[in-house]
Amino acid sequence: MTDKQPIVVMKGITIEFPGVKALDGVDLRLFPGEVHALMGENGAGKSTMIKALTGVYKINAGTIVVDGKPQQFNGTLDAQNAGIATVYQEVNLCTNLTVGENVMLGHEVRGPLGINWKKTHEAAKQYLAQMGLENIDPRTPLSSISIAMQQLVAIARAMVIDAKVLILDEPTSSLDANEVQDLYKIMRKVRDSGVAILFVSHFLDQIYEICDRMTILRNGRFIKEVMVKDTPRNELIGMMIGKSAEELSQIGAKKARRAVDAGEKPIVSIKQLGKKGTINPVDLDIYGGEVVGFAGLLGSGRTELGRLLYGADKPDAGGSYELKGKTVSISDPYTALKNKIAYSTENRRDEGIIGDLTVRQNMLIALQATRGMLKPIPKKEADEIVAKYMKELNVQPPDPDRPIKNLSGGNQQKVLIGRWLATHPDLLILDEPTRGIDIGAKAEIQQVVLDLAEQGMGVVFISSELEEVVRLSDNIEVLKDRHKIAEIENGDTVSQQTIVDTISNTTISTGKEA
Amino acid sequence: MTTATRKAAKATKATKGFSFNPQMIPTITAVVIFILMLVMGQALFGTYARLGFFSSLFVDHAYLIILAVAMTLPILTGGIDLSVGAIVAITSVVGVKMTMAGVPAFVAIIVMLLLGVVFGLLAGVLIEEFNMQPFIATLSTMFLARGIASMISTDSLTLPEGNNFDFISQDIKIIDRPKISHDLTINVGVIIAVLVVIFGYILLHKTRTGRTIYAIGGSRSSAELMGLPAKRTNYIIYLVSGTLAALASVVYTANVGSAKNTVGVGWELDAISSVVIGGTLITGGFGYVLGSVIGALVRSIIDPLTSDFGVPAEWTTIVVGAMILIFVVLQRAVTALSGDKK
Repeated sequence: MTDKQPIVVMKGITIEFPGVKALDGVDLRLFPGEVHALMGENGAGKSTMIKALTGVYKINAGTIVVDGKPQQFNGTLDAQNAGIATVYQEVNLCTNLTVGENVMLGHEVRGPLGINWKKTHEAAKQYLAQMGLENIDPRTPLSSISIAMQQLVAIARAMVIDAKVLILDEPTSSLDANEVQDLYKIMRKVRDSGVAILFVSHFLDQIYEICDRMTILRNGRFIKEVMVKDTPRNELIGMMIGKSAEELSQIGAKKARRAVDAGEKPIVSIKQLGKKGTINPVDLDIYGGEVVGFAGLLGSGRTELGRLLYGADKPDAGGSYELKGKTVSISDPYTALKNKIAYSTENRRDEGIIGDLTVRQNMLIALQATRGMLKPIPKKEADEIVAKYMKELNVQPPDPDRPIKNLSGGNQQKVLIGRWLATHPDLLILDEPTRGIDIGAKAEIQQVVLDLAEQGMGVVFISSELEEVVRLSDNIEVLKDRHKIAEIENGDTVSQQTIVDTISNTTISTGKEA
Repeated sequence: MTTATRKAAKATKATKGFSFNPQMIPTITAVVIFILMLVMGQALFGTYARLGFFSSLFVDHAYLIILAVAMTLPILTGGIDLSVGAIVAITSVVGVKMTMAGVPAFVAIIVMLLLGVVFGLLAGVLIEEFNMQPFIATLSTMFLARGIASMISTDSLTLPEGNNFDFISQDIKIIDRPKISHDLTINVGVIIAVLVVIFGYILLHKTRTGRTIYAIGGSRSSAELMGLPAKRTNYIIYLVSGTLAALASVVYTANVGSAKNTVGVGWELDAISSVVIGGTLITGGFGYVLGSVIGALVRSIIDPLTSDFGVPAEWTTIVVGAMILIFVVLQRAVTALSGDKK
């Protein structure tokens, strides 16, 4: 492997934004026929590095050599012409067009009478077939196929421009296990055809499964290039976060479960609460000071149950909702907030942050909403609240007047948690608070969850990562196919495997309500 | 191969042999409503099926068809061109003034078209170089064009007798019957409008520029990341819509034989109505030139229909407003439905 010549050599890449050095002399080499992982925490400079290679950002210093030729990218088109194709985390295709149109956009087959649609669709079909999508009619609207398939369509598009380098920026973050395997199949196929793949993912398992080589970045600096098979995980994590990896596994590991006193009233008690088509009626008690984990696969109803508790979805009639012993009707978020229930969305970018507003404004917006728009928060009080949560949650950079969209994902998440904490909720529902964020921020957020419960708050913790659900929760509600199938009290005997077994061993009798 | 693939294969199979696109529903509805209006008019008043009616519908509204095609392009990208009405005014005032001063008609026409190019280009510069919203950019060029037209003249200007503009408005009888109301008549203006429609169709469906227009309407950032020339395309769009507005002005001016600085007030709104009625999504991404043509015809037939019904002329705008409302609601419903499918 060592005698291979790299197809891409990036040397000493430096990119500066006003006031920040996003990248400082970073090197990256990509080899044909290899999957290369770009590793690092959020804010380490991974996305900046990718954008340098795809021509989105102009580099301030350093050189990019592709296939032996030095390159100056002035836009994405330049990078594409040099043979670099990218599939972004949020699939950047046009959902208003058909699958085939998306594959061939800008490369339609033309004849003397303009675009020859018959030939264009035939070509699209061939490229799709390479991705194992031979069953898809190129005339199908893109919006009618799953995200996983849209990602493959985006890769098919990369094949059209005959890419020598394929960049996959967190392609797996919205895929389920089977879809990830399908993606791997395609990745191996593309790799074996001699393409260099640059892969970014937050899932370490995936890195170890599919990648050959990796480059580790930290705080905008190059740390090391290593072969994956020679690098144990704890060493990798150590390089990424720069602190002992054991710290992370210790969070919550003591499993000092809180016992509920007899006769104690739950904060929230729901009976037969459900919504047709999203979640079947559920019974559930949540006590103050406990972390309740919702575990289940994608589509199991874990998010839907969270939204129901918050009134973001209106429950069907027939269920009851008791708040500290009083029957209430939580049918919209405003009522929920008034009743001290807060919900932090899994969809941080679209339903969470308001990108152009500052950290400060984002943090205060929920509190302001509960006060009503006619009663502004006094400036002094607002300053104190913002300062308090920025400090407690360790929001980086500690500048409340920066637009939130300029923060890394992990720090955006912290601001969102601050937003809800500012409303002093009794029950805080966190839907995927650690998704797509780096290990350092993850550890901090996990610690926050435990601290909040310690202080007496009821916390619902929803996550697709069973490992963290098991580690943090006092009680685990297991969901499957829109039914609650089990309630597991956490303890030493409970592990990730317990949940997996519960899910795979439970069959849901249809027609009967779970 | 996977469950996901199989599911999609099933979905595809269901629609095979009958490639029906739910996005076409608003456009098809427009066609149906147009036919219904014709049938109703014919049943009640007996004049709507006559060739003479069609002739005057097309001859009198050739300019609106051109404007509707012009407006379709920016709207498809999620933009808008508010300046088309004012471009009609300034070009017609300049054109007639020149002709009055003895300039040959074909020179005047070329100057008119060039003016359209200039205003389109200006809008493109404002949008692309100064990062302005198309709404604001074309609002400012609209005021600019209207203002210059008023500075040149506020009088009603009449084309001199025997000018060479006439060739555009000269009737061409295709079917000549004893009764004039049964004749099929067109003029060069109608031919120009048809050519513009064909041009619009080819541009949108047969060129990469056209595909980029749709892609921008879907998502500009995606289009850019895919390496499509979004900036250049936006320039082309506003250039074309400005030029077509000038062309509409040529046709209209030749038809009426006069110009005034207040001509074309509100025509941008008529054009937008036509595009929306024709089923183009106002937020961009979906729509057809032919839909806009139907929209322009629907818009045009409302006037004779309401007057035949004895509805006061003032009411016409309410009818137009109601129609737009219905179509937007329909589009919303369709968008929601196709969103659900996922």
